[in-house]
Amino acid sequence: MRSITKTFPGVKALADVTLEVGRGEIHAICGENGAGKSTLMKVLSGVYPHGSYDGDIVFEGKTVAFRDIRDSEAVGVVIIHQELALSPYLSIAENIFLNNEVKGAFGLIDWNKANLEASKLLARVGLRENPTTKVMDIGVGKQQLVEIAKALSKRVKLLILDEPTAALNDEDSAHLLDLILHLKEQGITSIIISHKLNEIKKIADSVTVIRDGKTIETIAKSDVTEERIIKDMVGRDLEHRYPDHTPNIGEEILRVENWTAHHPQDPSRVIVDNVDLNVRRGEIVGIAGLMGAGRTEFAMSLFGRSYGTRISGKVFKNGKEIKTRTVAEAIDNGLAYATEDRKQYGLNLIEDIKRNISMASLRKLVHGGLVSDNEEFKVANEYRKSMNIKSPTVLAKTGKLSGGNQQKVVLSKWIYSNPDVLILDEPTRGIDVGAKYEIYTIINRLAAEGKGVIVISSELPELLGICDRIYALSEGRITGELPIEEATPESLIKLMTMESPR
Amino acid sequence: MTNTTQAPPGADQGFLARAKRFLARAKPTLLHIAQDLGKNGIFLALIAVVIFFAVRTEGILLYPQNISNLIVQNGYILILAIGMVLVIVAGHIDLSVGSVAAFVGAISGVLIRDLGFSWWMAIIAAIVVGALVGAWQGFWIAYVGIPAFIVTLAGMLIFRGLALVVLGGANVGSFPDEFRALGNGFVTNLFGEFDVDPFTLGIGAVAIVGLFIQQIRTRRGRLAYAQDVEPIGWFIAKLVLVGAGIMWIAWALASFKGIPVTLIVLAVLVLIYGIIANRTVFGRHIYAIGGNRHAAELSGVKTKKVDFFLFVNMGVLAALAGLVFTARLNLAGPKAGDGFELEAISAAFIGGAAVQGGVGTIAGAIIGGLIIGVLNNGMSILGIGIEWQQAVKGFVLLLAVAFDVFNKRRAGGR
Repeated sequence: MRSITKTFPGVKALADVTLEVGRGEIHAICGENGAGKSTLMKVLSGVYPHGSYDGDIVFEGKTVAFRDIRDSEAVGVVIIHQELALSPYLSIAENIFLNNEVKGAFGLIDWNKANLEASKLLARVGLRENPTTKVMDIGVGKQQLVEIAKALSKRVKLLILDEPTAALNDEDSAHLLDLILHLKEQGITSIIISHKLNEIKKIADSVTVIRDGKTIETIAKSDVTEERIIKDMVGRDLEHRYPDHTPNIGEEILRVENWTAHHPQDPSRVIVDNVDLNVRRGEIVGIAGLMGAGRTEFAMSLFGRSYGTRISGKVFKNGKEIKTRTVAEAIDNGLAYATEDRKQYGLNLIEDIKRNISMASLRKLVHGGLVSDNEEFKVANEYRKSMNIKSPTVLAKTGKLSGGNQQKVVLSKWIYSNPDVLILDEPTRGIDVGAKYEIYTIINRLAAEGKGVIVISSELPELLGICDRIYALSEGRITGELPIEEATPESLIKLMTMESPR
Repeated sequence: MTNTTQAPPGADQGFLARAKRFLARAKPTLLHIAQDLGKNGIFLALIAVVIFFAVRTEGILLYPQNISNLIVQNGYILILAIGMVLVIVAGHIDLSVGSVAAFVGAISGVLIRDLGFSWWMAIIAAIVVGALVGAWQGFWIAYVGIPAFIVTLAGMLIFRGLALVVLGGANVGSFPDEFRALGNGFVTNLFGEFDVDPFTLGIGAVAIVGLFIQQIRTRRGRLAYAQDVEPIGWFIAKLVLVGAGIMWIAWALASFKGIPVTLIVLAVLVLIYGIIANRTVFGRHIYAIGGNRHAAELSGVKTKKVDFFLFVNMGVLAALAGLVFTARLNLAGPKAGDGFELEAISAAFIGGAAVQGGVGTIAGAIIGGLIIGVLNNGMSILGIGIEWQQAVKGFVLLLAVAFDVFNKRRAGGR
C-alpha cells in the first residue's frame, strides 16, 4: 500500500500511509484506538472502494482497484472484522458458504457436499465440531475459527485479522495464534491488528506502528520490544504502565456472604457458588478468573439481580445488611456496576454524552418536578473536563467516540451516581494503552476518595498492576484470596484453574 | 464569495472589502441557518405541501373555513400521534388504537343514551376505560414479555369485536351539545359579535407572547450556563416567522367560527406531552429505553414500569381520540376509528421517529400528522378519489422515511 490517504468529513483518518507486507509473513499493526488501523485495513480489503481514498494498493506486483469486498476476495484478500460477521441461527457450514454456496444439480445448493467441504475446512483450522451445529451454540473462540475456515474456503492468500483475540480467553487465544503460524507454513500471509503486545512479539515477523493516521515505523522481528512499540504508539515514554498507588485502606465497606446464583435458562446449574468476599474503604480488589468462571455473572446477579435465577446470599454495607433486588435498589444502596460490554449494556449510542452521563441519576437533576437541561449540561461538561473525555462538546453522540472515551463516559455516569462501591467489569477492554493509563488513574482516584473498587479483569498483569488484593474465581467459587504482595501470575493461574472437588 | 471578487474593476474598493468582511462574519450564522433547515426538513416539507396545494386549489386550501376544518378533521389523528410517537420511541408499536377509539366511543355512546350518564360523567368513564384497556395491553407487553406488535394486533381484533358487542351491531347517536362540542364546538364571541372575533385573536396573541417568553428564558438559561446558542439574528427571525404564522392562523379562525375546542384540547396535550418527553424523568427514561434497553435497565431504569405506563397512556389518548371522533360525527358506529392506527403510525414516522426506537419528537409527530391531513384535505378539494389518496399517502410515507435515512447517512452516522 503506497501513500494511502483517506478522509472522512472533517477528519483525516489516514495521511500518506505506506505499508509493505512480504509474502508469507505475519505482519502486525499496532496503534492506539482511532489511530487508523481499522480504516487502513478497510481500504485494503475494499470496504472503502477504490476512488474513496488516495494512493495505490499493489497486490502481487499489480496495482489493484477494489470496488467492494467481493473484488478483494476474488484475488484472495479476506478480512475478518473485530465484530464477527456470522449469523448465529445458521449452522457452521451455512455460515462458511454464505454467499459462496456449493452448488449441485440445477443450481441448487448441495448440502451434503457443503457439509463435507466444511468438515475438511474445520479440520484445517483444528475445530472439532459438526458442521451442522448452529453458530450460536459454540463459543466465541470457536466462532473465530469458523471465520477463518470461511476465509480459507475463499482461497485466501492474504488474511487480515482485526483484533482477533480481543474477546478470547488465554487458551483460545493461544490456539488461534498457533493456527495463524500454521497457516503461514501453508503460505498464507497474515496481517494482524492487535492491542496485545505479548502476542505480537510471539508471532509477528514484523510490526508496523501507526499513530494519528501516519506510519511511525516498521520494526523487524529481531528488534521488537514492548517498550519500543509502546513508545511509538503513544509518542512518549511510559515509564510505568500503571500509575503509582499508595493504598489508604480503611474499614470494611461491603461484604457479600454465601452469594449463589443459578443459570437463568437451566436453574439446576449453579453459576455462582457460595461466594464470600469483602471490600474495604479505599481498597482496589481484583477478581481473576477464566472466561466462564462466573465473574460477570456474580457482579450482575449482585447488581439488582440482572443475571440468573434462584439467587441467594447476603450483602452488608458498613456492617448493615442491604438488599439489592432491583438495579434501582442497588444504586440507591450505593453500588455501581460498569459493564464489560459498553456498547451492548453500557451506553445509549444514539444519544449524546450528556444524556448518557445523567442516565443513572436523573433524579439529581430534577428541580420542581422537571429535569434541568442546563444543570445536566453543566454536570456533563465538568465530567468531560475532569475525566478528559476527548470530544469538543458534550452534545456529541457516544456512538462516535473511541472505546477509551466511551469507557470514560460510562465511568462518569457511575461516578455521578456517587456510589460507595464500584464494580468495574473489564474496565480497559478494547481500549488503547494511553487511555488505559488514564482509566487506572481514575480508579486510583476513586480509591483515594475512600470508595471501594472491585475490578474484574482477564488480564492478570492489569490486576497485579492496580489491585491491593485479588480473589481468584473458578467454576463460580472463590478458590483463593491473595494480598498483592503474594500474588504472582503463576499463583493466580493455579487458583483460577482449580477444579471443584466432586 | 466568487462573485464579490469578480466585481467590475471600477467597483469601490472599500465597499468590496466591507462586503467581504460582512460575509466572513455572517458565515457562522449562515451555516447555522443551513444546519437548522436541514434538521427541520420535515417542517419545510409541510410548508412545501401547503404551498403546493394552496396553488393547485387556487387558494381554497387556505380559506378560513378550510383551515378550521383541517384542524378539526385531524384532531383525533394528532392526539393519537402524540401517544404513538412515545410508544415508537420506546421501541414498540400500537396497532390497536383505532379499535380502542371505536370501543371507547361506543361505551360513551351507550352510557349517555341507555344509562343516562351526563356528558362529563361519560367523558370521565370513557377515559377510565381507555386507561384500563391500556393497562391490559401494558400488562402483557411489559410483564409477560409478549411483543407489542402481537399484543396490539390481538387488541385490534378484541376491541373492534367488543365495540360491536357494546353497540349491539347498530349505530348510537344524538348526543348532548356539551359532548358534541368536543369535536364540533368553537369558543368564540366572548367579547360580543364581530366579523373577526377579537377573543380568538387575543388567544393567538397570548400564545405568541407565551412562546416568546419561553424561548427567551431558555436562551437566557443557556447563556447563563455558557452553552452555545443560535445567532441572535436568526433567533429573532425565527420567532417573528413563527409568531406571524400563529397570528395568521388565529386570524383565519377568528374570521370563521373561532377556536375549535379540539384545537384547545390538542394544544394542551402538545404542551403537556412536550414537557413530559423532554423534561421529566419518565420521558427521559422512554428515550433511554428506546436507545438501549439493556443499558437503561443496568442504569436503574424500571423498564417494565415505563413500558406499562406508556401503554396506559396510549389507552387514555386513544380514548380521548375516540371521544373527539364520536362527538364530531355525533355518532358511535362499529366502523369508527378504522385505519386510525395506520395514520397515527405514519404521522410519527413521517415526523422523524426511528423504527428501531430511541428517536422521535412530539413536534415531529404533529407535523407528520399535519402533512397527512393537508394531503387528505388538498386532494379531496381537488376531487381526487380515495384510491389515489391512499396511494399518494403511501408514497409520501416511504419518501419521508427514505429521506430521513439518507439524511442520517450523509451526516456520517451508520
